[in-house]
Amino acid sequence: MSSHDPDPRPLLLGGPALGLRLIVLAAMAAGLMVADHRDHHLAAIRDGIATLAYPIQRAVSAPVQAWNALRESFATKTRVEAENVKLESDNLVLRLKLLRYESLEKENERLRAVRESAPRAVQRSLVAEILRVDLDPFRQRVLVNKGTRAGVFRGQAAIDAKGIYGQVTRAGPLSAEIILITDPEHAIPVQVNRTGARSIALGTGRSGLLSLPYLPQNTDVIVGDLLVSSGLGGVYPPGYPVAKVTAVVRDPGQPLLAVEAAPLAGLDRDPEVLLVWFDNAIVEPEPEAEAEAPIESPTPAPAQATAPPGATP
Amino acid sequence: MHGTRINFGWGRVAALTVLALAATVLPLPEPIEPFRPNFVALTVLWFCLLSPRLLGLSYAWIAGLALDGTSGVLLGQHALTLTVIAYVACKLRLQIRAFPPLQQSAVILALLWLNEFLLFWIDGIAGHAITDWRRWITVPVSAALWPLVTGLYARFAARR
Repeated sequence: MSSHDPDPRPLLLGGPALGLRLIVLAAMAAGLMVADHRDHHLAAIRDGIATLAYPIQRAVSAPVQAWNALRESFATKTRVEAENVKLESDNLVLRLKLLRYESLEKENERLRAVRESAPRAVQRSLVAEILRVDLDPFRQRVLVNKGTRAGVFRGQAAIDAKGIYGQVTRAGPLSAEIILITDPEHAIPVQVNRTGARSIALGTGRSGLLSLPYLPQNTDVIVGDLLVSSGLGGVYPPGYPVAKVTAVVRDPGQPLLAVEAAPLAGLDRDPEVLLVWFDNAIVEPEPEAEAEAPIESPTPAPAQATAPPGATP
Repeated sequence: MHGTRINFGWGRVAALTVLALAATVLPLPEPIEPFRPNFVALTVLWFCLLSPRLLGLSYAWIAGLALDGTSGVLLGQHALTLTVIAYVACKLRLQIRAFPPLQQSAVILALLWLNEFLLFWIDGIAGHAITDWRRWITVPVSAALWPLVTGLYARFAARR
């Protein structure tokens, strides 16, 4: 195309043709949005676009990953030695804990057998690398390099070495999107480890901050309390650390406490996460319900975000 | 873009679009993330003003859909908003092109604001409104970049 346009059509655009095209395209976009919002109808299109977008996302992420790899390979001897000393001491501590763990696990198994409830621990996990890609700056989401081809599914829990990380909101063939527990649309059922008080921890949109707005004034919760996943809702495995309470504000004029907590997982600095499979089909059977068919999934509490956001009930 | 001799094919259009998409998801430190210009909208507007017959509404729609897929938001939302601003840009194309640079930036500012407002609206309807005031920062930042973008793109397009 050049500035002396050989096209004989009129220079001024507009009229019905342009307006008509706008209407058709806008209607198509609106249709897509409605179908996507209602979920699952567009899995094929979504997967196609995700697969096309993956190389771009991969390429964007590559320099940062290459830089990290480069820094790793040029690590100084002193740093490696210091790291080694630290890892060895860590290892010692962990092994001491492990000595107790073996016996505790046996004991736990025995006790569970007595109570006729099956163990609910993580059975299988998959390491997924986090792509250094900025999705929406106002939402806490990340992209990982494992998708449905690796068996990843929607609603799967993701954890890291320190605690619960988030859950899969969208799984494409090669990549998956994870919503972090700090996303404003995310909520996770938790339990205060010290007292067993159950509540829900909501994301705030800021990394490093969860809020627990549903605790009554008389709840026993203090700064420093560990919050673990309660396993209600069936998305997260129970008993995994989620956050530590950082602030408790008791305002007598308010019916509920204002509790803030800091997530334990390294939400903004992890290079990789674990996607986990665990057996969530079993809830503790009540004595009279034993004869019935096994319960498919635990009944979710009303306010829980067991389904990823965007899903309309 | 005044009087630039433009000569490019679909390869360059695709390359520019992919670059704009990549720049949209390029990792930035968290504090400056809201300041990221809306590269895809700028690219769409530039093509609309340049040659709406070749790269008008349909291009805006496809670029918007690609942006939706790449950034993982509701499918079709950028497709809709970019098509709308592309429509306005195509309609007023000859006037906008005749404007001096500053006035042109002002029109672009208005169009980008319209784009962001429509997105804000769609977010609200879809049930996850982002009320953070920082979401609007991208509009003036992108508009301020407009003269630079036109210069760069014209150079890119004119190279043989």
